[in-house]
Amino acid sequence: MAFYVVQFLTGLASAASLFLVASGLSIIFGVTRIVNFAHGAFYMLGAYVAFTLTERFSGALGFWGGIVVAALAVAVIGVLVEMVLLRRIYHSPELFQLLATFGLTLMVEDLVVLIWGPDDLVGRRAPGFKGAIDFFGQNIPSYDLFLIALGPVVLGILWLLFQRTRWGILVRAATQDRDMVAALGVNQKWLFTSVFALGVFLAALGGALQIPRDAVNHAMDLRIIVEVFVVVVIGGLGSIIGAFVAAVLVSELNAFGILIFPKISIILVFLVMAVVLIVRPWGLFGKPEAPARRTPGLTVNPWRPLTTNERFAAIAALLVAAALPVLNNPYLLTVGSEIAIFVIFAASLHFLMSVGGLASFGHAAYFGLGSYGVALLATKAGLPMIVCLLLGPIVGLLGAAVFGFFAVQLSGVYFAMLTLAFAQIVWSIAFQWVSVTGGDNGILSVWPSSWVASPANFYWLSLGVAAFAVVILRIMVFSPFGFALRATRDSPLRSEAIGINSKRIQWTAFVIAGTVAGVAGALFAYLKGSVFPDNMGISLSVDALVMVLLGGVETVSGAVIGAIVYKALNIWLVSQTDLSKLVLGGFVVLIVVAFPKGIVGTLEALMHRRRKSSSSASPLLSSRIETAE
Amino acid sequence: MSMVPTLLSVENLTKSYGGVHAMRGVTFDLRAGEILALIGPNGAGKSTCFNVLNGQIIPDSGRVRLLGEEITGKKPRVIWRMGVGRTFQITATFPTMTVRENVQVALVSHGGELFNLWSSTASHARDEAGRLLDLVGMGAYAERPCGELAYGDLKRLELAIALANQPKLLLMDEPTAGMAPRERVELMRLTARIAREQSIGVLFTEHDMDVVFEHADRILVLNRGSLIAEGSPEEVRGNTQVQAIYLGEGLVYDARHREGASA
Repeated sequence: MAFYVVQFLTGLASAASLFLVASGLSIIFGVTRIVNFAHGAFYMLGAYVAFTLTERFSGALGFWGGIVVAALAVAVIGVLVEMVLLRRIYHSPELFQLLATFGLTLMVEDLVVLIWGPDDLVGRRAPGFKGAIDFFGQNIPSYDLFLIALGPVVLGILWLLFQRTRWGILVRAATQDRDMVAALGVNQKWLFTSVFALGVFLAALGGALQIPRDAVNHAMDLRIIVEVFVVVVIGGLGSIIGAFVAAVLVSELNAFGILIFPKISIILVFLVMAVVLIVRPWGLFGKPEAPARRTPGLTVNPWRPLTTNERFAAIAALLVAAALPVLNNPYLLTVGSEIAIFVIFAASLHFLMSVGGLASFGHAAYFGLGSYGVALLATKAGLPMIVCLLLGPIVGLLGAAVFGFFAVQLSGVYFAMLTLAFAQIVWSIAFQWVSVTGGDNGILSVWPSSWVASPANFYWLSLGVAAFAVVILRIMVFSPFGFALRATRDSPLRSEAIGINSKRIQWTAFVIAGTVAGVAGALFAYLKGSVFPDNMGISLSVDALVMVLLGGVETVSGAVIGAIVYKALNIWLVSQTDLSKLVLGGFVVLIVVAFPKGIVGTLEALMHRRRKSSSSASPLLSSRIETAE
Repeated sequence: MSMVPTLLSVENLTKSYGGVHAMRGVTFDLRAGEILALIGPNGAGKSTCFNVLNGQIIPDSGRVRLLGEEITGKKPRVIWRMGVGRTFQITATFPTMTVRENVQVALVSHGGELFNLWSSTASHARDEAGRLLDLVGMGAYAERPCGELAYGDLKRLELAIALANQPKLLLMDEPTAGMAPRERVELMRLTARIAREQSIGVLFTEHDMDVVFEHADRILVLNRGSLIAEGSPEEVRGNTQVQAIYLGEGLVYDARHREGASA
């Protein structure tokens, strides 16, 4: 019995930091409508800065002074980020905001390694809370008791802040209707900045307070952000009470899940999340989301199939690509195969994200499932390659069918967070279920059959499959199904009013996208000859998003171009610098801020402008009226 | 008149939000080919009533039947499949498609082809879409991007979309809101003509009393959730209770048309 009580208290103690970070995220979202992906990065920065302050400057500040000063210092960094970056994208669609703040996260990850080194840092114990308290023979660290008390105290302080201060009233008003608050003469800029500062302060404090419990490392940002996403999905975005209740719930599930499923404790959290989503799609304390914002520079040019000339051009490009083996350069062929595989992957996400308006932040899960499917079939069942290639993607299909069912119940940022959480779950299963997946060591020697063993043959195979997948997906875009999918994206209200079952259409699209991603993953396993958990990691999911974005999210064929350019750049970059995340993150931020239409989108806009200036502009075009939804 | 069958029958609809009664025992009938206006001051319960008929809100009690078949509490898309078309107060169309494609999607849905992954939509029900667009006077705009249309044209496009499933009943929520006066008259004339020709029942809400009194066959007046009057435009106009309670545009109309009316 005592053991369970201790386990319960440990869970409560873990909930404190989780609550601090999640409440910060919720407060920021409530007012600015931005889901701050970089919140995990601020949490991590809080921990690193606090480590330095408590180690090096403990004489001047003391331990507790160091913790608070660290949180304040990171809040100042947050203010700078808000003023320089976020103010430019408050009116962008959620996808762009998520991506920009994710780019920031990537940059911070490389920066902390640059500053603090790659090794785990073990901080000191908190003075006054170094010991443990005996509880019927079980030890409870006294610091845990401090954290257990801290959670409700912070909740109380936040409550007072929002109920009893003028600033708090303004924040609550802005949470309900920020345009109205602006119309009443409140300086929105500073309100947003101060809210962001508070949110970042809470995240950094959460990180700093972890020092006595956990080692500081440069992967803690993603771990916490996934947990925080789960917390806010369960508790409801924008609700502080929800953040508190859900943080306790998730922490307890983790604490007891370890006892039930020691290897895959995360399953329990997932099951609870699934139940909550079915019963209350907006979380326990949340409210339904407002309709999504439009992409800036939304194309007024409706999509159209390729003209005959364009078809010939595409076939010519394919033929040129097929002639690559003439150069007789095996390395180039391997790179070419990889690019072809990523074209498939990007095109599959494009189908979901551009056609369906569902920006998945965890698309790598289905790529990885395809990879693992192939690897397991090839190594454990010993099936021939052709069979594996056909069956492997079915694993992606099954995964997409299960997760997609839950994911399409939501939209916008909730969809993004949920898909990310699912991908993390799949990733941790691959990571932890060592007996089947090999864990961190992956599955080795997945070699292609002799008929495609040569780089040239494998390249042709990849290129052929890529061309086939792109053509199939394009046909689907212009099929009645593709139109129905676009209809659910353009206007959920009108879709429902003309008999379209949006959820079923979106679920089908999710399964199609997941299956095609699985095809890409299956090929990738054979290309590399091995699979690792990273085949389904977050960075791969983001790669796909960036490829679609770079090509142009509002175009039909952007993903193909985006994948080629991005992957080529990426391969080259990794060979050139150790700080690829820093460069990549900066690149992502740059695209979002300066180049939101992407390569193909920009080209189309240019061509459209030329065509328009040559033909006489109709008065109808100039008097365009935006419709509200 | 009794020869025309009852298309829509609404019985005793009640809905309250907390202590506010949005509808209290609302009961009325609508016949095929009839144009029925639902009016009332803001907060009278018009939108609630509309959203119940459309399936977006489930009433606390009461029933709605379409040609005798119960539709209460069914989903909007199911009600649409039973033959109820709808336009919205703020237009809801597909801005990234052409005008023709907007109608084609509705036709594809009507034809049960939504999960067709293979054939090209461009050739799907193309002529039928063109015919509907011609009907509402939008034929010349068929290949225009929908996102470029002026507001009045969007309203006409919505009408074409709403007609795609050959509806028996058309629900129009403030069909002329935000339109210029001339456009209002044109749209309502068009609607009235289509309703008569195809024997479609039309229920619409409207704030513009000129539109209501000119085009409605019958008018329902809702106040604080209850029907307080029902009848022909003349009957409703003469109803003292309506005049007393409905201090909206109704009096303005009176003042303009009957000079010397006491204030």
